[in-house]
Amino acid sequence: MREFKVAPIRNGTVIDHITAGQALNVLKILGVNEYNIDSTISVLIRVPSKKDGTGGWKDVVKVEDRELDPKTVDKIALIAPRATIVIIRDYSVAEKKRVTLSPTIFGLVRCSNPNCITNKNEPVQPEFDVVSQEPPTLRCRYCDRTLSKITDNLI
Amino acid sequence: MSFYDKDIISIRDLNREQIEEILKVSEKMVPYAMGEKKTKVLEGRILGNLFFEPSTRTRLSFESAAHRLGVDVIDVSEMSMTSISKGETLADTIRMVDAYCDLIVLRHPHEGAARLAAKFSENPVINAGDGAGSHPTQTLLDLFTIKRAMKDIDGANVVLVGDLKYGRTVHSLVEALTMFGAKLTFVAPETLQMPDDNIKGLRGKPLLTDKLEDVIQDADVLYVTRIQRERFPDPSEYNKVSGTYRIDNEMLREAKSDLIVMHPLPRVDEIAPEVDGTPHAKYFEQAFNGIPVRMALLYMILGGEGL
Repeated sequence: MREFKVAPIRNGTVIDHITAGQALNVLKILGVNEYNIDSTISVLIRVPSKKDGTGGWKDVVKVEDRELDPKTVDKIALIAPRATIVIIRDYSVAEKKRVTLSPTIFGLVRCSNPNCITNKNEPVQPEFDVVSQEPPTLRCRYCDRTLSKITDNLI
Repeated sequence: MSFYDKDIISIRDLNREQIEEILKVSEKMVPYAMGEKKTKVLEGRILGNLFFEPSTRTRLSFESAAHRLGVDVIDVSEMSMTSISKGETLADTIRMVDAYCDLIVLRHPHEGAARLAAKFSENPVINAGDGAGSHPTQTLLDLFTIKRAMKDIDGANVVLVGDLKYGRTVHSLVEALTMFGAKLTFVAPETLQMPDDNIKGLRGKPLLTDKLEDVIQDADVLYVTRIQRERFPDPSEYNKVSGTYRIDNEMLREAKSDLIVMHPLPRVDEIAPEVDGTPHAKYFEQAFNGIPVRMALLYMILGGEGL
């Protein structure tokens, strides 16, 4: 019999195939903090994965009673490009899709270069080109620098 | 291939063919830049020279280039007198200046400023240096200097020495040089060596060393940059390093007879004055070359014809 470490959820979202070690950053993207948890959130860190290219491990986050908006999904793609978003309604899979990292990122992260013009109160959104999908690597379209840590610079 | 109305923000925006085109037109501009021939081919046009940071060479050479083609120049030389000091955004300043001229030349202390200016300006923008970022016209005049001296950049052995970590000019220069198939050697103390990120993107594998005397005899071009004292917490460490890379006639004794020595200037004591009189010294010619190269860009971008 298959053993479930975490029970299936009735309604909500399962974020599966998160790059191992990134689950806590996914929680950051979801904006989870001590004041706003009003449904069960299960976090699995470093569970075995059979999917190719994962190194044999993944993280999983299950959020009950919440479906994610597209902007949140785009942010998850920035740190876990192989993640899948599974929407559960009444214990069944209603929708399942892999996150996609678009070739250009607008407004989701700020440039890590403090001297970049986009960090100087100018009326522009930060823009990045994705120069590598795995690990996701972003280059600022304004100052040409490679973003050092995506998670520290999420907006 | 047309440069009409094109922004020049980073050397990365240009391919080899486009760079060669600019260098070809630059060569045509030399007699005009020297004052041997005269033209008013771009008469009636206005250049907005916006320098938010002190600069002598770049500002003057853009101004001179403009005058040699009959272009009028408006500029702001004292930034503290402008609305910037009142908190106006660069975007608003650019929109305003854009309405007063046909082309903007921008030097700014923040990286990415030129790209931002290009976004808000209807007229073309030339980046004259943005913070520690790009300085494409410097790269173009460096390439022009090498090309004039060597005829062919392909296969040339270019040795870069000095501060390769923070030196703004060297990063875009090496990108362009590899585009042209030059062989590169980086000579710097470990703490000021070319960053890995810059090496990674290069075609071919450069040679890294901290000993200039080991590589100077094979060099075709010696590109010297200033090592800034403030990069070293310990002054004695600075003195040791700067002394090692001082170029004098003794150092050049082992060099090829047609080696050219370049420097983006200003120099402090990296090159001894005794080198100035030797055929190796090309740094003053290099500074002059800023004029024909910038003339070529103005001419091509503003749609000049007939020269």
